[in-house]
Amino acid sequence: MSGMSADPAQALPAVMSPLSGQMLELDEDDDLEVFSKDMNLMDGSPMNASMPTSPASMINQYKFEEETDAKDIFVTVDNPESHVTALETFITYRVVTKTTRSEFDSCEYEVRRRYQDFLWLKERLEEGHPTLIMHPLPEKFVMKGMVERFNDDFIETRQKALHKFLNRVADHPILSCHEDFKIFLTAQAWELTSHKKQGPGFLSRMGDTVRAVAASVRGVRNRPEEFTAMLEYVDSFGQKMISLDKVTQRIVKEQKEYLGELKEYGPVYTLWSGSEEELVEPLKGVASCIDRCCKATEEQIGHLSENLVPLLHEYVLCTDSVKAVLRRRDNIQAESEAKNDALANRKADREALKEEVERLEDKVECANNALKGDWLRWQGNMRSDIKAAFVSTAEKNVDYYEKCLAVWESFLTSQTAAHDMESNSGHSS
Amino acid sequence: SLPSVRGTHVESLEKCDMAEGSCLLRKMEISVAEAEKRTGKNAVNMQETYTVYLIETSVTEGHNPVPDSLWRRYSEFELLRNYLLVTYPFIVIPPLPEKRAEFVWHKLSADNMDPDFVERRRIGLENFLLRVASHPVLSSDKIFFLFLTENGWKEAVFETGFLAKSDSRLKALNATFRVKNPDKRFSELKHYSDELQSVTSQLLRVRARVADRLYGVYKVHGNYGRVFSEWSAIEKEMGDGLQSAGHHMDAYAASVDDILEEEEHYADQLKEYLFYAEAVKAVCRKHELLQYELETASQDLASKKQQQEELAAGTVRTFSFKGMTSKLFGQETPEQREAKLKVLEEQIKEGEVTVTEKTLECEEFVKNAWKDIERFKEQKDHDLREALMSYAVMQISMCKKGIQVWTNAKECFSKM
Repeated sequence: MSGMSADPAQALPAVMSPLSGQMLELDEDDDLEVFSKDMNLMDGSPMNASMPTSPASMINQYKFEEETDAKDIFVTVDNPESHVTALETFITYRVVTKTTRSEFDSCEYEVRRRYQDFLWLKERLEEGHPTLIMHPLPEKFVMKGMVERFNDDFIETRQKALHKFLNRVADHPILSCHEDFKIFLTAQAWELTSHKKQGPGFLSRMGDTVRAVAASVRGVRNRPEEFTAMLEYVDSFGQKMISLDKVTQRIVKEQKEYLGELKEYGPVYTLWSGSEEELVEPLKGVASCIDRCCKATEEQIGHLSENLVPLLHEYVLCTDSVKAVLRRRDNIQAESEAKNDALANRKADREALKEEVERLEDKVECANNALKGDWLRWQGNMRSDIKAAFVSTAEKNVDYYEKCLAVWESFLTSQTAAHDMESNSGHSS
Repeated sequence: SLPSVRGTHVESLEKCDMAEGSCLLRKMEISVAEAEKRTGKNAVNMQETYTVYLIETSVTEGHNPVPDSLWRRYSEFELLRNYLLVTYPFIVIPPLPEKRAEFVWHKLSADNMDPDFVERRRIGLENFLLRVASHPVLSSDKIFFLFLTENGWKEAVFETGFLAKSDSRLKALNATFRVKNPDKRFSELKHYSDELQSVTSQLLRVRARVADRLYGVYKVHGNYGRVFSEWSAIEKEMGDGLQSAGHHMDAYAASVDDILEEEEHYADQLKEYLFYAEAVKAVCRKHELLQYELETASQDLASKKQQQEELAAGTVRTFSFKGMTSKLFGQETPEQREAKLKVLEEQIKEGEVTVTEKTLECEEFVKNAWKDIERFKEQKDHDLREALMSYAVMQISMCKKGIQVWTNAKECFSKM
């Protein structure tokens, strides 16, 4: 969790307990007190720069990072199973949670969830924290090609994406403390169903939607520069992700065509060796080299399909998520501006309206701070995700060429050795 | 590294040492140094553009190498080769590089004027000359020497009268006939040539398709270069890493051009043996023709001898129109019979000479042909083995380039 330590604390209103709760778990130490005081004074700069340089406090700093870096909740998504009812067929996934957090009654949970449940969780988290950036869910439908919903590859890709989504929530200092997240991880199927029904009613949800639409139609008037910059960045970034996604899928396609031809190539050398005498060994050798390169190519294609392709696709979805977050922030600000306008025009009820205006202005401030904090966190995650994916791809490509190199070098060596043997045994060359 | 054409020259020279008789290559360096475009009027007085090739020779005997050079068109090489085919039917005549680009994959143009094609043809023509010049029999041919050194060689070649032989040869080779007792060795050789032709053309086709696909894979990576470069403009921490990674992706995409150009040389080596297979088949067909002629002559002689017997004995052993007519129209007079016998005797004498000649011709042909076929087999095994190894070398070079590019890219990505 690079760069996380100072900023979320800065972004959080003092009301939020979880992080400070974690801080209390640490050793009571004079230096630590200084440490936490320093943290409150800091203005988003990295911790190292403003730390007192006494060795003791350095040790505490290390401990602090270590302990908050230590994950106390582990979530996995696996084991897809098909369920058939009279009305529908659907897939459920096993969600296993292991945690030491005190809010959880037990330290291990196992439940089964379907895609709809994840969707519900995401909506609840968005409602609770409209301006925090969440990792996207895999798509509901896949438009391109005739991908069946119950195709193995589709299910595996979806499962991995769901796993990542949950893990990102679990890693998020604020989102992971949301009540509905806990319920999602721990409730039995019937419990979850009844809890879902308790959520904000249809009418109140409608009300929210109407307000949101009204706000978006109204538009925001004085959007702070930094959020406009974010929007511009996300727009550009999104286009790049779409391009990279397309390019990578095209590479996979070309590789597959190449592999197809390569598979026909080796056998011709074998066929040829059938009519030769002296050339049998080298011809068969070349055929074997080509076949082994085929296998290496297949592995390379698999790696690309399972790593870079889904990652880039996720980030295409990410940009939509981030744009939605920016829109929601705009709407909150628009609502507040509207109330301000109303206040300026009204003569009566000014007191009540003033309270409402203040509440909305606070809401805007909270939303902005949450977003600013999460923006850095999102950027950090994005950089490390993308870096990891491309580094892994480059590594795999190096590996691929190294494998092929070894194959051809060993052929060459064996041929030279055989030839030397022949010349030495007095064979005429 | 690839065996250069100079290398082929050296190898050919080495083989000369083992060959009987003098080898032209020992006395003279030969190369096809350049190619040039020319325009001129052709036989039907129309403007045409064609390529000429510069043949450079340098006599190495003695202390002062005397260099010489002249320009030749592809059609003149063809003329020379046709002459050799007719004059030495028992030799596997080295093939010329292809007339038109075949087994083309999409990047290569099939245009004869394409500079890459012309360059590869230049190399192929030089290879042809070196093969002939290092051949134990062909290298001492006078017409070949004139081709290399004399502008007015065409007169000499037409004076040999080879064209007349060429026509009858073509007729004979295209005619269908069946040999009663085919020579097993030649049948096997013909069968082998067919297989060699079939498998090398299949190999060339598939290789071209593989090359096409490989090209696609590499070139698509160029898009990474473009997108990374654009993307780096909006990033702070990642900008430098993306930018430099993009450069490596561009380099990767560009590297395929050289890789595939090298592979064309490998394809040319395979093509040479595809065409060599045809030359081997020509020798087999010539042998078949001689065999057939011998069988015909022997059959003719045998039937004449039988007629003689029948006439002498006065009996008709087998059904013949002669017998029928004698039965119908009465027997011949003794005088008539005497006359016929005399004619037959003459014919039999001639027939026997013919058979003897044909038998000798056949035996000579088989002896000489088989000698050259053995030489060819050794050459083929050696050359193809070298070609396969040079192919492996090319693959190794391609892999090493790939490792380098992606290692560099990985470093750039790690710095993002």
